[in-house]
Amino acid sequence: MPEVSITGEGVGKSYGTTTALKSLDFTVNKGEVFGFIGPDGAGKTTLFRILTTLLLPGSGKVRVEGYDVVKDYRILRRILGYMPGRFSLYHDLSVEENLRFFAGIFGVDVRENYHLVKDIYGQIEPFAKRKAGKLSGGMKQKLALSCALIHEPVVLVLDEPTTGVDAVSRREFWEMLMRLKTGGITIVVSTPYMDEAMRCDRVALMQQGNIMTTGTPQSITAAFPHKIYRIKGSAALNILSLTRKMKHIRSAELFGDAVHISTENTDQAPTAAEISQYLSAQGLGRHIISEAVAGIEDCFIDLMKQPDRHV
Amino acid sequence: MYEAKENNGNVIEAVDLVKRFGNFVANDRLTFSVQRGEIFGFLGANGAGKTTAIRILCGLSKPTSGQIRVAGYDVYTRTEKIKQRIGYMSQRFSLYEDLTVWENFRFFGGIYRMKSALIRERADQMLGRLGILELSDAVIASLPPGIRQKLAFSVAILHKPEIVFLDEPTGGVDPVTRRQFWEMIYEAAATGITVFVTTHYMDEAEYCNRVSIMVDGKIEALDTPEQLKKTYNAGSMNDVFLKLARRNEEQMKE
Repeated sequence: MPEVSITGEGVGKSYGTTTALKSLDFTVNKGEVFGFIGPDGAGKTTLFRILTTLLLPGSGKVRVEGYDVVKDYRILRRILGYMPGRFSLYHDLSVEENLRFFAGIFGVDVRENYHLVKDIYGQIEPFAKRKAGKLSGGMKQKLALSCALIHEPVVLVLDEPTTGVDAVSRREFWEMLMRLKTGGITIVVSTPYMDEAMRCDRVALMQQGNIMTTGTPQSITAAFPHKIYRIKGSAALNILSLTRKMKHIRSAELFGDAVHISTENTDQAPTAAEISQYLSAQGLGRHIISEAVAGIEDCFIDLMKQPDRHV
Repeated sequence: MYEAKENNGNVIEAVDLVKRFGNFVANDRLTFSVQRGEIFGFLGANGAGKTTAIRILCGLSKPTSGQIRVAGYDVYTRTEKIKQRIGYMSQRFSLYEDLTVWENFRFFGGIYRMKSALIRERADQMLGRLGILELSDAVIASLPPGIRQKLAFSVAILHKPEIVFLDEPTGGVDPVTRRQFWEMIYEAAATGITVFVTTHYMDEAEYCNRVSIMVDGKIEALDTPEQLKKTYNAGSMNDVFLKLARRNEEQMKE
């Protein structure tokens, strides 16, 4: 049995009449990278603010490293590292002043703890005198992460660290997290980018204040309950509208340069050959159809479309 | 001397577009054209110079040099004409949250001096298409992000612009809405509206007719997604992007 770092039981939160979190149950193990994956409005930030003792839960209980987020907030704040979604460093302080400030708050010494941030902070150290507000997006991200790590937290909470960040910087950021992970720290991260789920040890797929499913990314994709066909052709929109008219087709969606069709679990559902014949008969030109393996995004879309998930 | 030809099918023509801020060259001799009705993906790493170029194309900022025409008008002298003929939507700013759906339509239609009756007609048509006619009097802040996003796009093309600029329109949006949004883009393009779009989702780059990739202020590649994947021997646009957009960005930017 893995050791547990965080447990949530029936965690709920409302703002006035708006329900941000319904009643979440989850467990994060020590030393794992756990991803909360979902779009804006799923409740990720609310949940993270509860985990980091910045917001009181409306209902339910959350324990982090054995401490209660309500009663033991003082202890927890010492052992948590938090990188909020919005850039929260001091724009008018320099790079090194920011790092020293955060070290000072926690009563640690930058020189003594330098080894904790060396890998990340080292990359921006040439710009130590530059004001934080004048950094590029990628550099701000590295500084924010350094400031969240300087006091040697046991649990690191990262709220949408890659939002608005380009594909190259996103990949670099995840490589940094993978290196951090080898040090044994527990990392909780949220993201709206479905592809980043594959980088996590386990994920929770969130939508409208609910956790739709939890597990390793591999177990979630393996549990996809329907057949998926991938169709490539020059007229994606035609493929969509034609296949949506077919019987026993659950969904037809754009996926990059192809269309993904998922079929109902019945003997009457069309085979790849039958779909292809139908498309040709409807005048669609050359196309390639093959059975595909579900990705996280296929799973997310499928879960979203289950009627009981909707408000 | 370069003469922009009218009616040659290009709604954007840029030749040697340069923008300098002091010693820093944000846009370095960009030369490209965008055809009417095309979905043109404008990609690049953070800080590559995309926003600077978009601001110039929208008539919000003057280039340092180069010949640029948007909707047939010169970006140095005819910015007001350009603004009347384009639409703009970004992830950050799109609709007034404390106004209702209808009030947003009326406000933006009013800016383009559309008659009330016409605004009503088109707004109803668009809301009907989205299946949300009953939300006409709902305050934007009360609506889920997915619906807001689709409304923002509808508002951006309410005045039937020649070109609509979409700056990361799908950031943070759920995967179903993201796809519905792209189907709206295809529909708009089919009616002749040119779509100029930036995105960090590389699967969305595949949905564009042509894609340009900016690296350090220059256009490093411009072609159809299919051809780009061949040229760079890549399986997906994500791989093309990773191969091209190498990291010189961290050195000096902004």
